[in-house]
Amino acid sequence: MTLAEYRGRGGAEVPRDDQHVAEAAHVEKHPGPLEYAQIGSILALITGVEVAIYYLGLAHTLLVVGLMVLSATKFSMVVLWFMHLKFDHRLFSTMFILGFILALSVFTVALATVGGKLV
Amino acid sequence: MAQAVGTAHLETSTGLDNRKLLMWLFLGSECLFFGSLIAAYLLYRDRSVTGPYPGDLFDIPFTSVSAFVLLMSSVSMVLALAAIQRGNVRGMQIWLFTTATLGLLFLSGQAFEFTEFNHEGLSLSTNLFGTTFFVLTGFHGAHVTIGVLILLSLFTVSLQGRIQQKDSLNIELAGLYWHFVDIVWIVIFTLVYLIQP
Repeated sequence: MTLAEYRGRGGAEVPRDDQHVAEAAHVEKHPGPLEYAQIGSILALITGVEVAIYYLGLAHTLLVVGLMVLSATKFSMVVLWFMHLKFDHRLFSTMFILGFILALSVFTVALATVGGKLV
Repeated sequence: MAQAVGTAHLETSTGLDNRKLLMWLFLGSECLFFGSLIAAYLLYRDRSVTGPYPGDLFDIPFTSVSAFVLLMSSVSMVLALAAIQRGNVRGMQIWLFTTATLGLLFLSGQAFEFTEFNHEGLSLSTNLFGTTFFVLTGFHGAHVTIGVLILLSLFTVSLQGRIQQKDSLNIELAGLYWHFVDIVWIVIFTLVYLIQP
């Protein structure tokens, strides 16, 4: 039985909080093309900086930390703006972050126990 | 410049579209898939007893251009979504085709790189570096290929007039998959290519 049928038969209203009501109205706040283009320019700039510092001849640890920070920034910007996690329902973020944390845990445990190294 | 945009989906008990929820669940599981492949690469890349080794093969300027191409395809993908959410079907078609073209360009680059590595003596069974590198980047390439096929399918369907503003969720779902493929490459580009032992 669908929700519409359930309601049609006089069933009780399914409880919803304010956020769900807002979702049910199908109204989402997404950035416009100009903001997307600005984010794209920043991402391109960060990629350029990544390649530049690769050739700078920095100490290996410093290079690794710098590249990781820049990579994490690019990752976050794409996920937050292009994939709209900054604007969408928190349940979507939860789904993704749980998977990401699980992956990060497997990654860390594997490197720590088998002896792989990043730096 | 945030603007209100509308999407149509069937009513659900959560108020969220089940297809979008499922896509995010799928992407969460994909994190684990690629996380395991990247961990395996980092574990075994410097345990090869014979060459060639990563430092002998990687062409950073070439891979940087590939990374840039895939990053820009994410921008064109999100512009396709922005266009259809505002009812601009023609704009969506142009950006979808641009995204698919950039995806194909990335795949061509990967095919060229694999061929070059093979000529240098690296294959799937040469050493641990070769095995883990080709499995990781090969699976990523397979994901990009699937993404390109999805984009070209949507483009074809839109040419038949079967994608309108109310169907923007279809473009959004394809976009989520495409952006995920892009963020995986952001990680691979840094951990595999730029940070070498």
